Amino acid sequence: MNDIFDLNFAISILPSLGQAALVTIQMTVAGFLVALPVGLLLVCLRLYTAAPISYATIGVMEFLRSTPLLAQLFFMYFVFPLWGINISATMIGIIGLGLHYGAYYSEVFRGGIESVPRTQWEATTALNLSPSRAFLRIILPQALVPVVPAIGNYLIALFKETPILSAIAVAELMQRAKVIGADTFRYTEPITLTGIFFLVMSLLSATGVRWLERRMRKGTR
Amino acid sequence: MVRFDKVTKAYGDFVVLRDLDLEVAANEKVSLIGPSGSGKTTVLRTLMTLEPIQGGVIQVDGEPLTHMQQGERLVPADARHKRRMRGKIGMVFQQFNLFPHMTALQNCIEAPISVLGLDRDEAVERARELLRLVGLGEKNDHYPSQLSGGQQQRVAIARALAMRPRVMLFDEVTSALDPEVVGEVLAVIRDVGREYNLTMLMVTHQMGFAREFSDRICFFSDGAIVEHGSPDEIFNNTRHERTQQFLRAVLAGQ
Amino acid sequence: MQRRRTGNAFYVCYLLLAIAFGAVFAFATDSLSYLPTLAEGALITVEITLMAAVLGVFMAFVSGLARLYAPWPLKWIAVAYIEIFRGTSALVQLFWLYFVLPQFGLELSALWAAVLGLGLHVGGYGAEIVRGTVAAVPRAQWEASTALNLAPLHALRRIILPQALAAMIPPWGNLTIELLKLTSLVSLITLADLTFRAQQINLATFRTVEVFTLMLVAYLILSLLLTLAIRWLDRHLALRFGRMA
Repeated sequence: MNDIFDLNFAISILPSLGQAALVTIQMTVAGFLVALPVGLLLVCLRLYTAAPISYATIGVMEFLRSTPLLAQLFFMYFVFPLWGINISATMIGIIGLGLHYGAYYSEVFRGGIESVPRTQWEATTALNLSPSRAFLRIILPQALVPVVPAIGNYLIALFKETPILSAIAVAELMQRAKVIGADTFRYTEPITLTGIFFLVMSLLSATGVRWLERRMRKGTR
Repeated sequence: MVRFDKVTKAYGDFVVLRDLDLEVAANEKVSLIGPSGSGKTTVLRTLMTLEPIQGGVIQVDGEPLTHMQQGERLVPADARHKRRMRGKIGMVFQQFNLFPHMTALQNCIEAPISVLGLDRDEAVERARELLRLVGLGEKNDHYPSQLSGGQQQRVAIARALAMRPRVMLFDEVTSALDPEVVGEVLAVIRDVGREYNLTMLMVTHQMGFAREFSDRICFFSDGAIVEHGSPDEIFNNTRHERTQQFLRAVLAGQ
Repeated sequence: MQRRRTGNAFYVCYLLLAIAFGAVFAFATDSLSYLPTLAEGALITVEITLMAAVLGVFMAFVSGLARLYAPWPLKWIAVAYIEIFRGTSALVQLFWLYFVLPQFGLELSALWAAVLGLGLHVGGYGAEIVRGTVAAVPRAQWEASTALNLAPLHALRRIILPQALAAMIPPWGNLTIELLKLTSLVSLITLADLTFRAQQINLATFRTVEVFTLMLVAYLILSLLLTLAIRWLDRHLALRFGRMA
C-alpha cells in the first residue's frame, strides 16, 4: 500500500457507490413512509384509549426506543424465518426503521397535539363535529405545523442510521463499500467516500430543515 | 470622584447619551431621575463597564476608566487597567442577579476571595458582618430561592459592599419589589450611606426617598441632563417645564 | 384526551416487569445456561458505554465552550469537529477507525476504535447541549459577575457552568441512552458485546428465538436502569443547587 488515498481508484468506484447510495435514499424514504403512520397509530393509541391499552402502547414505544435498532433488526432477520415469515432483508430493514422511528415520531406528534390549545377542541364540540373528523381535519393539521422541524431532524437521523442495514446485508451504501473493501483490500477509499456522502447529505438536509423552519415561522406570524 | 466628559453612547444608530457632562464629588449621594429611555440606566451601565462608550472619557477617582494615560495621549485601556478601575465600583441591579446556586453567604464571599485575595475566614467574617448590617444575620445559609424579593435585594447590596467599592451604583433597585418591602431596602441603603464613606449614584423612581436622602438630583430626558440641583431646588424651585411635567406625573402616581 | 404521565413509578414497574419476564422466560425455555455469556457481553456493553461517555463529555465541553468563547481559529476547529461527527453515521466512523486507519499505519484495537469512535460521535452531539445550556444562562449573571469584578474565566467556571449543568442533565441523559444503543454497533467490528454474544450463542445452539429475546430484554433492562439513574441525578442536582429562581 504505497498510496494513502488512490484518487483514480476512488473515482473508479464512484458509479458503484452511486448506485448503492440510491438504494440508501430509497431505504430512507421507505422507512420514513412507514414510520409516519406507525407514529400516528401509536400516538392515537396512547392518547385516546383506555388506560390498559394506553399504558401497553407506552410500553411498546419505550421498548422500541430503548433497544438498539441493530438488535431489533437481528431479531427480525433471524427469528422471522423460523416463524414462517419469509421476507427479504430489505423489507426487514424498512420495517425495522419504520417501527423504531415510528416510536420517536409518535412522541413528536404527541408534543404537537398537546400543544394545540384546548379551545380548539371545544370549538369542534360546539360545531358538533365527530371526534375523528375533529381530530383529522382540525387538530392534527395544527399539531403538525410546529413539529415539522423535529420531523425533519428525525428523518436525517433515520438516514444516518441506514448503514446499520448493512449488517443484515441490505444492498445499500455501507454494504457496497464493505464489499468493495473486501474484494480489493482497499478500504480507505470506499469508506471515506461513504463518510463524505453522509456528511454532505447531512449538511445539506440540516440547512434544508433550518430553511424550512424559518419559512414556517414567517408563515405563522 | 466620578466625572463624565462629553460621553457619547450609541447602540448602532440610536444615540442614547450625547456629549454628556456629569460630575459627582466624593461621598456625594446623587439620584438620577427621569422617564424611561432617558439614559439614566445607561449612565450606570457605562460606569460599571457593562457597556462600551463611543465618545468622551469617564473618570473615576481621578483616573480615566476605560482609557489609559500614555504620555500625552489617551488610549483605550488594557484589561489590567480596566479590572483595577472596575474594582472601585460596585452595582446593585433591579433584578438582584444573585447567584442562584449559592447561599447568601457564598454569594458574598465569592468575589472577595477570588478577586481581592482574601482568605476564606476573612471573607466569611466580612460577609457575616455585612449580612447582619442589612438585617439578614440569620439567613446566611439560605438560597436565593428561599428568600423574598426584598431579602434578595439586601443580599445583593451586601454582596456589592463586600468588595469595598468607592462608588456604589443602584439601578432602580426597588422597582421589582412588592410595595411593602420597598421600605426595608431603602432603609438599608440609607444605613449603608451613613455607615460608609461612599459615593452613590441611584437611578430611582422613589421620589420621596430621592428627596430625603440625596445631596443632589439630576433629571434626565432624551439622553441629557435637563436640570440638576439640591432636592429643594428640584422639587420646590423647578426651573424647567420638562422637569415639572415629569415630577407632576410621577408624584401623582405616588 | 388522556394525559398518562410516565413518572418514576412507571419506569420502576416496567423494569421489574422486564426482569421478571426475562427470568421466567429463561427458565421456561431452559435457556438459563446462556445467561452468563450474555452477562459477559452486557458487561462489555456497559464498559464501552461508560468509557465512551467519559470521552464524549470531555470532548463536548471542550468543543462546546470553544464554539462559544474561543478565538476564531479554535472556534472553527470546534465547529469542524462538531459538524463532522454529527454529520456522519456512527457506523461509518467506527468502520473508518477500525478498517481505514490501519492503512495509514495506525492499528487500533477493536476496543479503542469503539471507545474513540463512539466517544467522538457522542461528543459532537454533546457539544450542542453544552453550547445551548451555557448560552441560555441569563446575561444578567454575567453582568453581576462583571459588577463584582470577577475574572471572566472564574465567572464561567464558578457562576455560569454550575447553572448550565443543572439544565444539561435531561438532554445528556437522553444522549447517554442513545450511546447505550450505539454500542450494539461494536459487534460489527468484532467486539464481544451483548449483541455479539447473542449471535455467538445463536450460531452455536440455534436457539434463535430464545437468545435474541433475552438479548432484547437485556438491552431494555440496561436502558431502564440508565433512565432511572438519570432521573435520580436530575432531581438530586436540582435539590443540591437550590431551586433556580
